[in-house]
Amino acid sequence: MKREEIDEIVKKFLIEDLEVEEETIAPDASLKDDLNIDSLDFVDIVVIVERNFGFKIQAEEMTDVQTLSQFCDYIESKVEGN
Amino acid sequence: MKRVVITGMGIYSCIGKNIEEVRNALYEGKSGIGIDPARKEYGYRSPLTGIVERPVLKGLLDRRLRVGMAEEGEYAYLATLEAFRMAGIDPDYLEKNETGIFYGNDSSAKAVIESNHIMEAKRDTALLGSGAVFQSMNSTVTMNLSTIFKLRGVNMTISAACASGSHSIGLGYMFIKQGLQDLVLCGGAQETNLYSMASFDALNAFSVRTGEPAKASRPFDATRDGLIPSGGAASLLLEDYEHALKRGAPILAEVAGYGFSSNGKQISQPSDEGCFIAMERALKDAGVAPSDIDYVNAHATSTPQGDMFEAIALDALFGKSRPLISSTKSMTGHECWMAGASEVLYSVLMMQNAFVAPNINFEQPDEYSCKLNIATQTIEKEINLLLSNSFGFGGTNSALVIRKMN
Repeated sequence: MKREEIDEIVKKFLIEDLEVEEETIAPDASLKDDLNIDSLDFVDIVVIVERNFGFKIQAEEMTDVQTLSQFCDYIESKVEGN
Repeated sequence: MKRVVITGMGIYSCIGKNIEEVRNALYEGKSGIGIDPARKEYGYRSPLTGIVERPVLKGLLDRRLRVGMAEEGEYAYLATLEAFRMAGIDPDYLEKNETGIFYGNDSSAKAVIESNHIMEAKRDTALLGSGAVFQSMNSTVTMNLSTIFKLRGVNMTISAACASGSHSIGLGYMFIKQGLQDLVLCGGAQETNLYSMASFDALNAFSVRTGEPAKASRPFDATRDGLIPSGGAASLLLEDYEHALKRGAPILAEVAGYGFSSNGKQISQPSDEGCFIAMERALKDAGVAPSDIDYVNAHATSTPQGDMFEAIALDALFGKSRPLISSTKSMTGHECWMAGASEVLYSVLMMQNAFVAPNINFEQPDEYSCKLNIATQTIEKEINLLLSNSFGFGGTNSALVIRKMN
């Protein structure tokens, strides 16, 4: 899966499933402070990522993930690993 | 003791999605019953159900506030918005004043079953999402409404089978009467999805008169063959009378008496004795005699046994005065956990508009219902005092007396 494709899928579910305001979406946007993703939203992101990318997010692998681009990097690494 | 009045009402049901639609449907004797073909495919004995449109709340409510809400909570949200609006209560009022909630609900099957499907397929709780737990619990309606409307008073769900909604009003009334709360949101909600009524269908309790859905619910009629499940939500704001006067709130009616009892018998068996005790207790609490009652909104669901026992009790208590009686379930079907609240709302609408809604499909009395004064058509009538009955599995009974406020 190409990186652009990952970015597009993530952007789509942020807007459609999590109802994040489109104008707040940027590579360096903070998941917590800019996109307002809280701990309950993260529970839903695990489900959405499994549905879209076929793997389950491990919370301990996400400790350094702060921004949207880091989140997409993480997904890319997991998808490549597969 | 405080006097308790109703200052706001809201409804979302199979006969209308707001007060105006429902008032017209009641007056016209309109049925909300139809066929859900998916029920037959799923394995139900009866595909008959109240047809309730699923609300769309996207755009009305933030995602975080919707995620934990099951279908019955969505119905209850819309009914509550209408009730607060009618009562002149806005978010600013709720922020500055303590308001309680007692809401009837006794299942949330869809969320439970869908979660189970995921668990069977994935064997991993992490894939259930954040809303499942809040949607699955019986208290889903009160936990969501209290969060959305920022309620800070008494907060709990009343689960008492098909008397849940009625007991919620009874308990709200008791809390205000005792001076513990000024304002309590009461009501009842009932899911209508495919999963919600399968186990009830298993008891052969539902009508199979599928050829004429609008004629299937026929409380008290000799040819009745079972109830039709239905749902939605009804919200009623109960308020201390003096508090309502100070607020300049619209006073729709007074909750004058509450009676309850438990049959202490077999789990699904109704009882004329239990029903009689609840009604008599409600009249006594209201300080009125059976002959003072102008109208009885019967629980009668269209099952052979239930209607018979209620008819016996009604005749025993009201045999001399013979007030007008109707079961609005003839139009709505059995709104189950919601019914006790919605039927008080329907009755208050009749009281406000001076008519008795018909018990449609009552064409042939049986040996018990022939003793009752059942309204077969809409009757123009001043109602000053009415009584509303609700009974449920496990032998729980509730009766409420409502008085007109002049």
